[in-house]
Amino acid sequence: MLRALTGLLLFQLAGEVLARLLGLAVPGPVVGMALLLAVLALRRGPGAELRGTAQGLLQHLSLLFVPAGTGVLVHAHRVAEDWLPLTVALVLSTAIGLGVTAVVLKLLVAPTADRGDST
Amino acid sequence: MNDSVAAIWVYLAESPLLGLTLTLVCYQLACTVHARLGGHPAANPVLLSVAMLAAILLATDTPYPVYFEGAQFVHFLLGPATVALAIPLYAQFGRLRALAGPLLLALVAGSLAAALSAVVLGALLGGDHELLMSLAPKSVTTPIAMGVAEKLGGLPSLTAVLVIATGILGAVGARYVFRCLRIEDDAIRGFAIGLAAHGIGTARAFQVSEQAGAFAALAMGLNGLFTAVALPLLLPWLVRLLGA
Repeated sequence: MLRALTGLLLFQLAGEVLARLLGLAVPGPVVGMALLLAVLALRRGPGAELRGTAQGLLQHLSLLFVPAGTGVLVHAHRVAEDWLPLTVALVLSTAIGLGVTAVVLKLLVAPTADRGDST
Repeated sequence: MNDSVAAIWVYLAESPLLGLTLTLVCYQLACTVHARLGGHPAANPVLLSVAMLAAILLATDTPYPVYFEGAQFVHFLLGPATVALAIPLYAQFGRLRALAGPLLLALVAGSLAAALSAVVLGALLGGDHELLMSLAPKSVTTPIAMGVAEKLGGLPSLTAVLVIATGILGAVGARYVFRCLRIEDDAIRGFAIGLAAHGIGTARAFQVSEQAGAFAALAMGLNGLFTAVALPLLLPWLVRLLGA
C-alpha cells in the first residue's frame, strides 16, 4: 500500500510540475491521471498492490468531497439571497447535461449498445 | 469540572484532530443511514455528511476555516484519488477506444448544454455576473471548476459549493432522467453521470457497476479538460449576448 500510495503521489507531482511548466489550464492531478494511464498502457496493466490501493481510495471517493461541501456555511448568505436562480439553474442544467449526453451517445452507438449490459 | 471540560474544548477546538475525526465519523454515520435506506440515491452520503457537519459547526460556533484545518487531510486525498482513476479507466480501455468518436461528440454536446443552460437560466432569473461566472463550471471536478471560475471572474469558493451541489443533484436525480429517456446501457449512463456530476456522480456510478464507474471517470476527466479550454473562450461571447 505504501509503495502504491507513493506512486500515486509521484504521478500527481509530475502532473502538477508538467501543468505548470507548460502553462496548462488543466489541474495537475488530471495530468497525473493521464500520465499514469499512459504508463499502464505501456506496462499492460497495474500490479495487484496498485489496484488494491486505488480501489480503497475510490471506494470512498464521496468522502473526499465532504470538506469542500461543508464550505456552504461560508456562502450561506449568498445562497439564501440568490436561492431561486441557483436552484433552478442547478437542477435544470444538471438534468439537461445528463439528458443531452446520454441521448447523443445512445443515438451514435445504437448498433453496439446492446453488448454493454451483458459484460 | 466545567472548567476542565472547557479547557479540553479549547484545546480540541484548536487542533486539527477534531475536524478530521468529525468528518470521518459523520461520513460513516451517513453511509450507515444510506445503507439502512437500501442505498436510495436521495440519501446521498455527501449530502447527509455536509448537513450533519454544518449543523455541528453552527451549534458549536466553529468557523469553517478552523474546521478545515483538520478536514484538509481528507480534502488533500482528492489529488491522489484523481490519479487513481487511471486504473478503472485502463480496465475499460478497449471499449473506450472503440467508442472514441461517439464519446467525444457526446462530450462536446453534453458539456456545452450543461454549462450554457446554467448560465442562461441563472441570467433569466436575475443572477448577477459574479453568480453566473461561478455557476458556469459547476459540472466539472472541484479543482478545475475553481480555476475556471477564477479565470471567468466568478467566486472560486462559491463555485466549490455549487460543484458539490451539482454532484449531489446528478447522483440523486440521474436515475429519473435515464428512466424518462429510456437509457439502459451502463456505459452510457456512466458517461452521462460523470460528465454532468463529476466525482460525486462517478462515486455513484461505481456503486452501479465497474463499467459505469470507468465511463464516468473518463467523462469527468474529459469534461474537465474540455471545460477548462472551452468556457473561457465561449462565455464572454454568451455574456455579451445576454447582456449580463
